[in-house]
Formats: sequence, C-alpha cells, structure tokens
Amino acid sequence: MDVYLWWIGAAAADHELLGMVRRRTEQAFGLPVRAWLSHERPADSYDARRQQHSSTRILKWLLDARPKEAAKIVGLTDVDLFIPILTFVYGEAQLGGTAAVVSTARLASDTGFRPDHALLTARVVKESVHELGHTFGLIHCPRPTCVMARSVNLVQVDAKEPVLCHDCHIRFGELRKQGQEHHE
Amino acid sequence: MSRERTRILIVDDEEIVRESLSAWLEKDGYTLATAQDGETALERIRKERWSILLVDLKMPGIDGLQVLEEARKIQPEAVAVIMTAYATVDSAVAAMKIGAYDYLVKPFDPEELSLMIQKIVTQQALVRENVLLRKVLKREYHFRDLISKSPTMQAVFDLARTAARSHSTILILGESGTGKELLARAVHAESPRSQGPFVAVSCAALTETLLESELFGHEKGAFTGAAARRKGKFEMAHGGTLFLDEIGDVTSKLQLDLLRVLEDRKFFRVGGSEAVTVDVRIIAATNRDLQKAVADGSFREDLFYRLNVIPIHLPPLRDRLEDMPLLVEHFLEQLGAEMNRQIDGVSTDAMGILMAHTWPGNVRELRNVLERAIVVAPGRVIETSDLGLRRPPCADIGDNGSLASLDDVEKHHICRVLQDAGGNISQAARTLGIDRATLYNKMKKYQLRKDGEPEPEQEPS
Ligand SMILES: [Zn+2]
Ligand SMILES: [Zn+2]
Repeated sequence: MDVYLWWIGAAAADHELLGMVRRRTEQAFGLPVRAWLSHERPADSYDARRQQHSSTRILKWLLDARPKEAAKIVGLTDVDLFIPILTFVYGEAQLGGTAAVVSTARLASDTGFRPDHALLTARVVKESVHELGHTFGLIHCPRPTCVMARSVNLVQVDAKEPVLCHDCHIRFGELRKQGQEHHE
Repeated sequence: MSRERTRILIVDDEEIVRESLSAWLEKDGYTLATAQDGETALERIRKERWSILLVDLKMPGIDGLQVLEEARKIQPEAVAVIMTAYATVDSAVAAMKIGAYDYLVKPFDPEELSLMIQKIVTQQALVRENVLLRKVLKREYHFRDLISKSPTMQAVFDLARTAARSHSTILILGESGTGKELLARAVHAESPRSQGPFVAVSCAALTETLLESELFGHEKGAFTGAAARRKGKFEMAHGGTLFLDEIGDVTSKLQLDLLRVLEDRKFFRVGGSEAVTVDVRIIAATNRDLQKAVADGSFREDLFYRLNVIPIHLPPLRDRLEDMPLLVEHFLEQLGAEMNRQIDGVSTDAMGILMAHTWPGNVRELRNVLERAIVVAPGRVIETSDLGLRRPPCADIGDNGSLASLDDVEKHHICRVLQDAGGNISQAARTLGIDRATLYNKMKKYQLRKDGEPEPEQEPS
C-alpha cells in the first residue's frame, strides 16, 4: 500500500509543511507515506468563469499522472478549489478511491489576515488526513473532534484532532481488511 | 440517528451537478440517488420513499415546480429543497409557498448545504421519535379497539383480558355507545376461540318469532316463508363467540329458551325435533339495569345468574373525561383517513365544549359529532362552530321545591357565565369581577374545572 504526497501548487513547495503532513498521515493510518517530487502540474483545472480550480478535474489528472506504484495519491495545492455545486471546498477525494486533493487557499485564513504558519500547517494536516481517510472508504464521523468529522468552516477544522477516533480507527481496519481480501 | 435511513433524491438536468452533489453527500453516509429530469424523478418518488428531495428549479420538460407539486401529493412527508440560479430566486420563493422547505442558490456555500441537510435530518428524526412514542403510549391505552387511560377503564381492560382466557359467560353492562360490542369483540379476539367466528345479534331489533328463528334457526316449513332449513346464530357461532346485545329486551319466552341453552348447551331449531349441540361462548350485553328488571319481575332471575358470571361495567364517557383528548385525537386520525381530510385537532374552546357536553350517546356520539365536524370544518382545526353542540344548560337549581343554598346559586351562576364566555376563563373572570385564580379555585370547588386545564399562573394572558 503506497501512499504518495505530491505538491502541485503554483508557488514553490513548503517543505516544512509537506514534512509535517507526511509524518501526521503516517501516524494516523500507520502506513508509510512518501513525498513525490515532480514539476508536472494539473492541466485545464482552471475555470475562468469562477476563477477557481475544479477539484474534480484535478482528481482526474492526479489519477493519470500519479506514479504507477502509488495506490493512494494526495495532491496538495495552493489554488482555490471548487466543485460545481459549491462555492469552494477545502479538499476533495474519491470515496473508496485513489486520489485526493487538499488546498491551502481557504485554510490559511477567512479574514484576510496573514496566516499563522503553525495554524495553517495544523489545518492542512487535518484536511489531508481527512481526505485520505475518504479514499480508504471512511465517511464523516459524528464526533466533532475526530479527523473524519465534516468541516465546512475553519472553526470546525480547528476543533478536530489530526487523528482517527477509536470508532473510525476500527472502521479503517475493517475497510483495509476488506480491501486486501478483495485484492487476493 | 441512522444516516443510511436518510434517503436523498437529487433531481437536476446537469450531470456535473448530480455527480458532485452526490459525491459530496455520499461522504456523510446518506443513501443517494439521482434523476436527470422531472419525469424520472416522479417515477422514483412514486416507487420509493425519500427523506429529502433536492430539486433543480429549471429543467426542460417537467420543471422543479411541477415535480414539487406532484411530490407533495405523493409523499407529503418528504422534505423538498429547491436549487436555483440567481436568475430564478423569485420562483424559488414561489416554490416555498407551495411547500418547499427552503431553497439554495447555486453554487451554494458548503456550510449552508451542510447545515440545511443536518437540520432536516434532525427534524425528521424527532418526528419519527414522536410518532414512535405516541404509538407506544397509545398501545398502552389500547385494548384492541377500545382506548382509554382512565383508571376505571384500565381495570375493565384487565378484567376483560383475564375473562377472555376462560370460557365463562360475560355480561357487559353500560349505556349505549360505551363500546359494548367493541369490548365483546376484543374479548373474543383475545380468547382461545379467536380463530372461530364472532357472531353478533341485537335482541331488540327483531320480533319474538323472528329472533327465535334468528337465534336457533328453523327447519324447512317450520312457518310460512320457511322455504328451506336455515342455520341460526348459535350454530353459526359454533367454536366461537355469540354476542347477544340488548339482552334485557328479550321476551319472557325467549328468556326461557336462552336459559335452557345455557343450562343444557343444546337447543332445537324452530319446527325441529332434533336437539342441536354447539360449542359457543356467550357474551351478553345490555344498557338496562338487569338487577332492577329482576326485582320488578321483567327479567328471569335464573337467566340473570346464568349470564352474570363475569359482569363487566363500561363507564359512560362523562365519567372518563380524561379520555376526551385521546379519543378526539384517535377519531380525528381515523375519520380523517377515511374521509381523506387532514385534521390537526380541535381548538381549545371546542375541546372545552366537548368536555362540558353530557354525552348521552357516549363514545359513539362523540365519533358522530366529530365526523360531522370534519365535514363542515373549513380548516384543519375543528372550531366550536363546527361541532354543532350547544353548551348544555347549567343544572337547574331550586326546582325540587326546596330553596337553593348560596353555594348552589354561585355554582349555577359561574356555570352560566362560563357558557356565555364560551369557556374562556379570562373573559368569564372579567364578567364575574374576580381574578382568574379565584375563578379557577371556584371551578375546582364546584367541579366545573376540566382535566388538563392549565393552572392559572401557567395560562398565557
Ligand atoms: Zn469529508
Ligand atoms: Zn471518527
């Protein structure tokens, strides 16, 4: 089970941030996570009318462009993401699939003030773990402190811990077992 | 709260909207389905139950508004949310007028969508809980089709349940309309004979000869018009229960016939010479005072004792007024369904009148009054004017030749004033020139106060 983390943002990669996301996702799921370095960037994900990037199109691109050995791939970006029916999303993932994407754009601040780096990192970590959780088939958790809790605003993001709660952890184990049986 | 039980149907002609919306909601664990046009949507709404309908307003063919209108008829409990673009907010508002829960302007804020869905799910869970709770409560107050929470009736139910298990004869006593036949049916249904027939005969409806042949049957040619042999109710009830209603009205000859059947468990068909034996459990009922009838010689004492093995007294409705709200709710639900009308309840004033009525016809009369009220009521709440009941005159005082006491006069006067005020306590108190609390105390003292009426300090002014 190879999990890859890939910076696909417009600005240069923040290696401190990426390192933290990598360590925390490894801790949350007990799996090795690798950083993938490449200059390739998603093509035609930008929507001129909305002046945002389509997270769905980025997921499709990630699926195609990912290293073949990557069973899961999490794209990290600094561009603002949307899905057609919503004004924005922090991230998006294929439920029980392969690809996930998380954006730092709205996690930085919703007041326009300069982001606190530690706080931003903590939020990106949580949303990355969250979206990766979705690719493993985990759905939203009713516990507001669980990383799998739905968060549609920064207060909710900040209320979460970067780890799976007990129930979600058990569920993750079941889903992984099912997945492995499926492969045999 | 189970999210899988929340079934959401997304109706939108744009594939990308259907896909992204279901991908988003799928992560919350809801059960999702999509329809690309109004027709497909209505088909699915006819076939399956939905908790939430997310409907796009503008679609080719059947538009969202039409889907909404139809859906409300097919599945009124499904909550509809309208999705719209800026240009059509006005029609979204129009959609809310025909029953949409709310509308979302595309593209919507994730928080807005999330909160709305959560709110709907919570509300639906509460409604479900409420319905469940009410069902449980009602079951407690039920003995088959009889409903009551009054202690007297609960004792009746207990006695009837115990009696049902035996094969003993039961005598049900009670005014007309108190549910004697319902009780007899309930006893039958709870008895070991429940698989057998339940046969009911009203002894007052027929002449002596007809009743005789009705009960015991007749042989061919037994009398003019008896063209063929006919089975009587006793035979028809074989293996089951025979309910003899208005037993106090049978003639002395039939009383003797019945006594013989009860003693020997066999009888002769009219015009027949061969004894017929049947296995029948007898439940008799009457609204007459049989003991008095025995005393004045109009009812056979030996038959009375044969029948009076397990006597069950059904109290009149006026003696179990605490059941009024329960019964009203039950009948409104039942009649509303029969008559295809949604009635939410009765107004406080109307309930006051129902409580004050003397109910000579008991529960049956109540049902009739409510049936009529549903017919004439223009709205979803039964008002005083829909009931067709006048407040009964206050008990007359001093008509027995003696002078009334001051208390009697006060009681009578308060009763009159309350009537004039249509049961409105505040208004009555004003007329009487006393405060509401004082009026309440007097109503309590004279038993003019109804159960369930709030204490004065709780009543909003
Ligand atoms: Zn999520
Ligand atoms: Zn959890």
